[in-house]
Amino acid sequence: MCDQTFVAATFGPCDSCGTASPLMNIYIKNEPINYCSFCMEVMACQGLQKGETLATLKKECESLKKKLEEDRGKLNDVELHQVAEKVEVVGALSIKTRRVLKGHTNKVLCMDWCKDKRRLVSSSQDGKVIVWDGFTLNKEHGMSMPTTWVMACAYAPSGCAVACGGLDNKCSVIPLSLDSNENCAAKKKTVAMHTNYISGCTFTNSDMQLLSCSGDGTSALWDVESGQLLQSFHGHTSDILSLDLAPSETGNTFVTGGCDKKANVWDMRSGQNIQSFECHESDINCVKYYPSGDAFASASDDATCRFFDLRADREVAVFQKDSIVFGASTVDFSLSGRLLFAGYNDYTINVWDVLKGTRISMMFGHENRVSRVRLSPDGTALCSASWDNTLRVIDIFCCFQA
Amino acid sequence: MTINTLAKGGWHREQMTCFQKMEKVIVAMQDPDMGMKMRNQRLLITVIPHAMTGHDIITWLIQKYSICEEEALHLGGMLLKYGYIYPLKEPRSIVLHPDETPYRFQTPYFWTSTRWPASELDYAIYLAKKNIRKQGELMEYEKERYSVLHKRINHTWDFVVMQAREQLRASKQRRKADRIVLECQEQAYWLINRPPPGVGNVLDMGLERPNNFSLRVTLIETCRRALGRNRVKSSICLEGFVKYSEQYQNHDPIMQGCLPSNPWISDDTAHWTMNAEMVPTPTRLRVECWSFSFMELLKDVMGRKEFMTYLEKEFSGENLCFWQACEDIRHGESSKIAEKVEEVYKNFLAPGAARWVNIDSKTMDKTLEGIKRPHRFVMDDAQMHIYFLMKKDSYPRYLKSDLYKNMLAKAIIPQETKKSVFPFMRRQRHSSPSPAQAAAQATEEDGRGKGAGPAGTNSDV
Repeated sequence: MCDQTFVAATFGPCDSCGTASPLMNIYIKNEPINYCSFCMEVMACQGLQKGETLATLKKECESLKKKLEEDRGKLNDVELHQVAEKVEVVGALSIKTRRVLKGHTNKVLCMDWCKDKRRLVSSSQDGKVIVWDGFTLNKEHGMSMPTTWVMACAYAPSGCAVACGGLDNKCSVIPLSLDSNENCAAKKKTVAMHTNYISGCTFTNSDMQLLSCSGDGTSALWDVESGQLLQSFHGHTSDILSLDLAPSETGNTFVTGGCDKKANVWDMRSGQNIQSFECHESDINCVKYYPSGDAFASASDDATCRFFDLRADREVAVFQKDSIVFGASTVDFSLSGRLLFAGYNDYTINVWDVLKGTRISMMFGHENRVSRVRLSPDGTALCSASWDNTLRVIDIFCCFQA
Repeated sequence: MTINTLAKGGWHREQMTCFQKMEKVIVAMQDPDMGMKMRNQRLLITVIPHAMTGHDIITWLIQKYSICEEEALHLGGMLLKYGYIYPLKEPRSIVLHPDETPYRFQTPYFWTSTRWPASELDYAIYLAKKNIRKQGELMEYEKERYSVLHKRINHTWDFVVMQAREQLRASKQRRKADRIVLECQEQAYWLINRPPPGVGNVLDMGLERPNNFSLRVTLIETCRRALGRNRVKSSICLEGFVKYSEQYQNHDPIMQGCLPSNPWISDDTAHWTMNAEMVPTPTRLRVECWSFSFMELLKDVMGRKEFMTYLEKEFSGENLCFWQACEDIRHGESSKIAEKVEEVYKNFLAPGAARWVNIDSKTMDKTLEGIKRPHRFVMDDAQMHIYFLMKKDSYPRYLKSDLYKNMLAKAIIPQETKKSVFPFMRRQRHSSPSPAQAAAQATEEDGRGKGAGPAGTNSDV
């Protein structure tokens, strides 16, 4: 459908999406509304129930949201830092870079560890996906993707394959061949197909299923073998930038965060959005579960990281400081969940005390944005990927105050 | 400068936020009461007002935000990189020096956020001015860009030259100090927005995130559902986090170190070898972990094996087998679901089955009904029932059993490796077989397993 030209009598913020644009003035059930042409199309396709006008829907939405906040507040009898007062303070951290992985010729956008605790896969704007043995610095596999900006990559639980995707709108699974004569990329299999860029992907508990999230606002669960779509998840109103699988007993949920400032928790079986949190003031760049699965953290362009409790159904901590003005792009927890590592767009990594809400330490070293931080599976090291074309493996050790 | 029309593509939302925050800092720095002390700076023979030294900037930042010097240097450096402050004496050196080097605030007219993105037309006019003012003042890379622009926007070139001349004429009528200041500001602006080759483009913001769709109707449904959910009191939830951190502290290499040593520090992979999937004797920490939660026990291959041994002693081993078979269905290939479900029914659910599991009749009926049209989650209810049965009943008894206690007693506590006396002697870093290789070997051996072949070598990961 093409955008029809029309005479615009007014210009201003659209009643639906808020962007300033030429507005169409129409009447629905005697209520005047001013929509931009895009929202007009959307509305025409969705249709309204009998007795509903856009104004009433809007009002209902606002009142429901208010009631939800009230309900959430009712059981809020104590704050996290109060409960944490009795906990010992985390002392100084000794932080040392142990490995620098050089090989990408452009920004490194994503990385993931292998379950063997030493191998990792990284993907970059240069279109390449590299599998490294982080311990020896050997590059074990190097694969070229058809497009640049490979924004997502993941290692399969078995260690026998990797998944990656980006501007090609697809997520592909590549089995790792040991035959040096074989071109790994040739065996690439397209599994996920979206209508916009792939921003994140992860295998579920086995090599057979893949979760992907995309700039088209949806996430999806795929069967790797057949490429079949098993379930799709709708609810975000803008690009989704990150997802994480829950480490819970029943292993059926995952969380996504996106440009609509919302973090949503989904049920993989039914496709339903079971919980939603809208507390950030800007795009959410990354979401990561707390090791127990009862909470998750998010990193956002509003320069804060936040901690959300799933059982209490609310935000319980905000990690921010006046001197931190650049957006946070990535987060991960330490094994015990006591520390939160956050990578920022001002090239630094800040380490936060999750329980007390304070910043413990600041890491310098990268020469451009930190795009991803990930703890190794056994918690022995932290890997950071950056727009300065390198990855670093960092060892951190904490000394408690006497 | 020409008036900038509405930029194509509009704002990057992420820029807005961080620019706004930086501008807040800058405004605070110029606050008449709490801001920085300005002084006059002599530049050759002219006196430039309202300048400050690098040292002043850092001291102010340290005091205002209660941060250390390193962070203040970093934050100040960022303000410089984004063009909010510029160096007076060496404009091309966009580095914050913590000494008497003079800096000035950029005027809001030239803030990156005010005129985003920098327009080609303006750049052409700037270069033209430089060219006209003094022949040969353009640097090599500027000359190249000038000629590229000349080709690209040739149709407006008369306008460019005319504007350049007008602006030069207007500036001649200004006081010398003002003229120098304006030139400095303009030069600083272009050094940021059109950096020389080799200098990274700080304004590279990555990909745009353009999409926005309105789904007000589903929003209402989500809200309605959220209102009905059960919530837990905050005190209980938050206590849970404290407990979890305490419980796992000893297992967290960052908090407590790891024995015998962290492989990334000592280059010794003993820690990984000792904690491999299958070892003759597990470490103490690992066995302790099995007592933290049922999930920890099941997640560990060795733990599961031990638990199976215990269950078989109690004649309830079929429960764990059933659970594992259901996991296999849930996470396996779609194409194999039907046959796997059939297998599970035959072995565990059919009346008189060899390893019949005890499920309540309601769940059994529901499952049997579902099996008629098998799908990935058809066994979920039954699996959940057996899982909780094991968790509530067999698991606690296992932890009290001799089997577990003996395992705990004979578990290894590795000796901490003494740090090397000669730190410069680095151990050789050995590579390990790739998991892909181990899998390939396994399938190969399976293939010739039936015949008499040499025993495969044990590769330790």
